[in-house]
Parts: sequence; C-alpha cells; structure tokens
Amino acid sequence: MDAKNITNKERMAIPRQPMPAQDPTERSRNFQEVNLGYTPELAMKEALRCIQCKDPVCIKGCPVNIKIDQFILKIAEGDFLGAAKKIKEDNVLPAVCGRVCPQEDQCEKECIIGRKHEPVAIGNLERFVADWEREHGTMELPPIKAATGKKAAVIGSGPAGLSCANDLVRHGHEVVVFEALHELGGVLMYGVPEFRLPKDIVSKEIEGMKNMGVEFRTDVVVGRSVTIDELMQEEGFDAVFIGVGAGLPWFMGIPGESLVGVLAANEFLTRVNLMKAYDFPAKSDTPVFDCKGKNVAVFGGGNTAMDAVRTAKRLGADHAYIVYRRSEAEMPARVEEIHHAKEEGIEFLLLMNPLEFLGNDRHWLTGVKCIKMELGEPDDSGRRRPVPIEGSEFVLPIDMAVISIGNGSNPLIKQTTPEIETSKRDTIIVDINTMATSKDGVYAGGDIVTGGATVILAMGAGRTAAKAIHEKLMGTTAGYDEW
Amino acid sequence: MYRIVSSKPLAENIKKIEIEAPRIAKKQQAGQFVMLRVNPTGERIPLTIAGSDAEAGAISLIVQGMGKSTKELNSLAEGSSIPDIVGPLGTPSHIENFGTAVSIGGGVGTAIAYPTAVALKKAGNHVITINGARTKELVILEKEMKSVSDEAYITTDDGSYGYHGFVTQKLQELIDSGKKIDFVLAIGPIPMMKAIAEVTRPYGIHTVVSLNPIMVDGTGMCGGCRVTVNNETKFACVDGPEFDAHQVDFSNLADRNRIYQSEEKTSSEAGDHQCRMHGSH
Repeated sequence: MDAKNITNKERMAIPRQPMPAQDPTERSRNFQEVNLGYTPELAMKEALRCIQCKDPVCIKGCPVNIKIDQFILKIAEGDFLGAAKKIKEDNVLPAVCGRVCPQEDQCEKECIIGRKHEPVAIGNLERFVADWEREHGTMELPPIKAATGKKAAVIGSGPAGLSCANDLVRHGHEVVVFEALHELGGVLMYGVPEFRLPKDIVSKEIEGMKNMGVEFRTDVVVGRSVTIDELMQEEGFDAVFIGVGAGLPWFMGIPGESLVGVLAANEFLTRVNLMKAYDFPAKSDTPVFDCKGKNVAVFGGGNTAMDAVRTAKRLGADHAYIVYRRSEAEMPARVEEIHHAKEEGIEFLLLMNPLEFLGNDRHWLTGVKCIKMELGEPDDSGRRRPVPIEGSEFVLPIDMAVISIGNGSNPLIKQTTPEIETSKRDTIIVDINTMATSKDGVYAGGDIVTGGATVILAMGAGRTAAKAIHEKLMGTTAGYDEW
Repeated sequence: MYRIVSSKPLAENIKKIEIEAPRIAKKQQAGQFVMLRVNPTGERIPLTIAGSDAEAGAISLIVQGMGKSTKELNSLAEGSSIPDIVGPLGTPSHIENFGTAVSIGGGVGTAIAYPTAVALKKAGNHVITINGARTKELVILEKEMKSVSDEAYITTDDGSYGYHGFVTQKLQELIDSGKKIDFVLAIGPIPMMKAIAEVTRPYGIHTVVSLNPIMVDGTGMCGGCRVTVNNETKFACVDGPEFDAHQVDFSNLADRNRIYQSEEKTSSEAGDHQCRMHGSH
C-alpha cells in the first residue's frame, strides 16, 4: 500500500495506530517521557488513514489552523521534513502541541473518519514530524519579510506570547519578548512535567525563534522592573502584547491551609519542573517536599492535578491520591492523563470534599477531614452539582496536600496600568476579533483573557493579536500573509 | 549574566555585594527585594535591596553566608557574574512623615532597615535607629545608620559594644523615658520582630515588620511565601514583604520556614564538601 494506490476501503481497514509508551510500573519511578512517539513506519501507516477530504474540517478544529491534510499527505509520501515545514507555516511549537493539545476536543473531534471509526491521530503525527525534523534535519527557518522598522513588545514567553512573537517577526517587525522567570516557555517550563513534555524540546523550539530574530529578555517583571507605559514612551515600542497567563494560585480557604506541608500545585510543580528539584541535591539546589514513603493528596480534577499527583508518585510517594468532589465523568483532565495516572497506581478518591486540614503540635500536616458527596442537579456549568452526605465525615491521613483547584490573574499589570480594563475576575477585557485592550496599541491574549485554558487556544489568540498588531503598525490590511 | 562590581566584607560572614542591574537600580524603592540565582543549577533566593546607584546601574545587597547559596554568593570574586537577578519585587515601604520614627535592624536585618531609615529621614521624620548585633564584630552599617539618624543606638547581646542588651530593651527604655514614638519599623530574625510587636502593642504604636518567608518565584505565582495577617492569607512577595506587626501570625511563619530544614543542611554540607575538594576560590 502507498499513498497513491490505495482505495478508501483499504484506508478504513487500517486501525488507528496506538502510541508506544513506557511500561507503567517502570515509568512511575522516573521522570522520562511516558509516550515514546511513532516510528516512521507507524507514522506512515497512520497517515494513510487520512482520506484527504475536500473540505478538511479538522483544520477548523485547530485554533491555529494548521494545514492538516497537506502535512499528513507528505507523511504518507515519506517526506517528513516537508511535512514539518508545512506545519511550521502555522504553528511555531509543533513538538509541544503534538504532545499537550487536547486533540480529542479540537482537530480530531472534527475528523470525518471519526464519525464511524477512530479519528486520524493528528496529534501523534504532528509530534512525529516535529521530532523527526529536530532529530534528523536542520530546523529550517521559515521565510521572513523585509524589516518594517516597527517595534513590538511581547510580555510573557508562554504559548500566547511565543505564537504572537513568531507571526510578528515573520512580518518584518522587531520583536522583544519580556519574561519574568529565568527560563522561557511559561507554563511549558514550570507547569507541564518533564514526563509529558521534555524541557529540552521546548527550549529547542524556542531556539528556532531566536534564530528568526526574536529577542528574549528574561528576569524582567513587567509592572515592577518596567511598566507598559515606560516600554511605549521611553523604550520606543509601537505596540505591546500581554500574554502573562493565569498564574495566581487559588486556595480553598478551609481551616488548616497554612499548615506546613500544604502547598499549591504551582509551587510543587515549579520546584520540580523549572527548578529540577527531583535532582536535589546532586544537580539542583532547590529542595522539594520529601515524598518518599509518604501519603500525598492532590485536590482537584484537572490536568494540573494529574501532573502533580503523578509527580508525587515519581518522587516516591507510597500513596498518591486524587481527591475530587465530583465523579470521574466531570473531571476536566484529559482522558489520556486520567488513564495514564491510573496505570501508574494513582488512587482516585471521588465524590469527596475536604473540610479541614489537621496538624500536629509542630503544625505539620497529618491528615485531612473530608466529607463524602453525591451528585445532585446540574449547576450553571451544566455539570451535576456535588452535595455533601450528612454524617459521612472521615479523616484521611496525609503528609502533603497539593491544592490544584485553579488559578486567577496576577494583579500586577492591573495595578500598574489601570487604564487597561479588566473583568470582575481580573481577566483583561479585549475585542475578540483583534485582541485589542482598552488601551491604544496594547493587545492581550491567552489565559490572562480567558482564565486558565489550553496551550493551543493561547497560541490561537497570539496569532489573532499578531494580525491586528501588524495592521495597526502598517496602517493597512495589505501585506498580511496568512502563510 | 549580571556582573559583580564589588564584594566587600562588612563583618564575619557578612558581605556587601554590588551587582550591575540597570533596570533594577533605576526602579528600586525602599523595602523592595530581588530574587537571584548564583549558578546555572542554583535555587532562586530572595534578598532585600540595601541600596542602589541608578547612574552606575548597580544595586547593593548585604548577604550573610547562612546556607549553600548565600555562602556561594559571598565566595564569588569581583568581576565574576551570576546568571539571574530579577526585581525590584514586592510593594515598596509605605513612607510618610509620621513624626518620630524608629527603625530597628537586627543582625543582617540592618541592611534592610537602612534604606527605609533613609526614606523616613527624607520624608521629614525625626529618625531614631537601633542597630542590634550579637557581639561587637557583627555590628554592620554603623556609620551609615548614624548618618541618617537624629538619634542612633547600637546594642550588643553580650555588651561588647554600645548598649548591653536586646533591641527590644532599648526600645522599651525609649518608650519608658516618655519619648513620643509614632512609628516603628523592625527587621531581623522572626523572634526579634515578634518581641518588638509585643513591646509596642500595649502602646498602640503603629509597627511594621518585613517578613522573610520561603520564596520560589517572588512574583505571586506559587503561594510558597504565604503568611497569615489578620487571619487572612497574604502572599509576602506581592502584598508585602512589609505588614502590620500587630496582625502577623509569627509562629505560623516560623513553622513554615522550617519545612526544608533537613534538605538545607544536606545541601549546605554538600556545598562545603565541594569547596574543600576544589580548594578555596
């Protein structure tokens, strides 16, 4: 069978190719990547499943509109570097997105094949070509337009900022990205663990942007080190894009939350991912709570909760629990992550709500008092509301508690640039067609606008903003290339 | 990379280090701090800015060698560099003309009390400084504190220099002498700040302390530095580090600061061992 001489019937007969993965017991003790990626043979076989439909609806399901049919055809033909080039026209971080996007809710959800069979594994294929290019080819630079003489500042080097910076630099603008931390990548570096997204892959994809001429300045906290007004008035930036994410952790506000051993998922994950505390003390000076032989409970049901609980297991926790107040069906985490967590021995305590953290006389955490819940009527979010079952309180002995119930917006930009309008939840209010804020020349996108969402949605917002910024800087819509 | 312009010993284990960081030097205000890393595998540690020279584009830090990172920072030669320094972070001190203001620095805390004392003087306060140390050799910034004070006192725990006793005793004496005190700022070890709060509480003297919880990012994204103030959770890195001393839960802060005690010891001992193996640098 090859890409040209294959009937649709033959295509349909090919099952979706599963992703090879590390053995669950083995991997629950290391920080190496869980998924191992397709071999060229698996990738070509999976690519054959795509029927190259006339109206590829999968593209509409992708927030950055990758030309999915075209890159998959190149894989089927064995032209992996050509496929990588095609993706790079629209997506600056394919090795990242192929790994962390919830494809089941985006491109793959729209796939025609998926109506009768399993959808084409678009994410696995995207990941394969990005990895192939990085490991085999030279990472070729996409075309860049002549310099316009205009300067744009991008605040935050997470997915939204990177995708905005990428489109702007390709249109010939001078782009400087300001990052508060010492490493680039935002949540890709401090949030998503190494075993889901190896950090050197993130760094290599960002390296490509440096080669395209994007300037990165780490250790700059906009709002403290410099304000947006100073960037525009004193440092000569013609436009600013705010992509600072939603990084302010929420706590539950229950008694005992200040005990030693209770921490936010952001802190736990930052210590382990960004600061590499799993290598303490040999190769990292940053310590993390000693999980060895301990009982760790993570409160929440999203991807961050799964990342935190799987991290605790890898750090040697005896029992690593997910404590969630609804049932598994309501969990916001990806099905794949829940599945991986279960395989690794994570214990799910569902329909349980924490009431109080308990400690000893040294104020160290010893346990959590919980109450059992049952599902009642659907609430505003459409999910059935959990209701406590009277008299069902019990105590779960734990040594560490990780709070993973979501994040809000950091108030720094709001405090220092008050003319940018914000919502009651402190998110920045924008025009959804242009991502323009209420301050002239200032745009925003990603989690700072939507609240905690996905990597790829943030990247889509960055692209939309880049187009509007280009038009604003050039005073015309002419010359904006969708690539 | 950020260059170390100068590194001068002030007392045993304590150095004044000037680092080239133009953006921070330009924006710094009293009460603010930086986060820095001393090497590529280093942890992020918070240090209060002791002063800045916007023209030279440098800030100064006063560092006591306590554990691995601070000892390593103090061992770096002039002209060498550190990979990261970010700031200024935190909410600047609230400065106004209170009337008579007492600025109290305990040990290396004096380095933080000093820039605030300068700002208090500039705002027109009658400034009294109390500069406490365990013993004579550990007294730092005596000349600097005197230069901004209308009244300056040095205390040593062992009486080897200045007033014999704790800073709290000196403060109590000033209050007992009938001096009208409108504002107290206290910076030093947790037990000292707690004791100062108890001295001023009965008199209702507005008292501010600069808290020193464990920090990771220093920008408000992890909550590692959370402290309990007036029964509410606050993030010291963005809401502070200065808070009303009469509302701070000091015992909770002390407990939380002990979480990595054994890891810190391991790391520090590994660091000392390495230094001996490679000779002094």
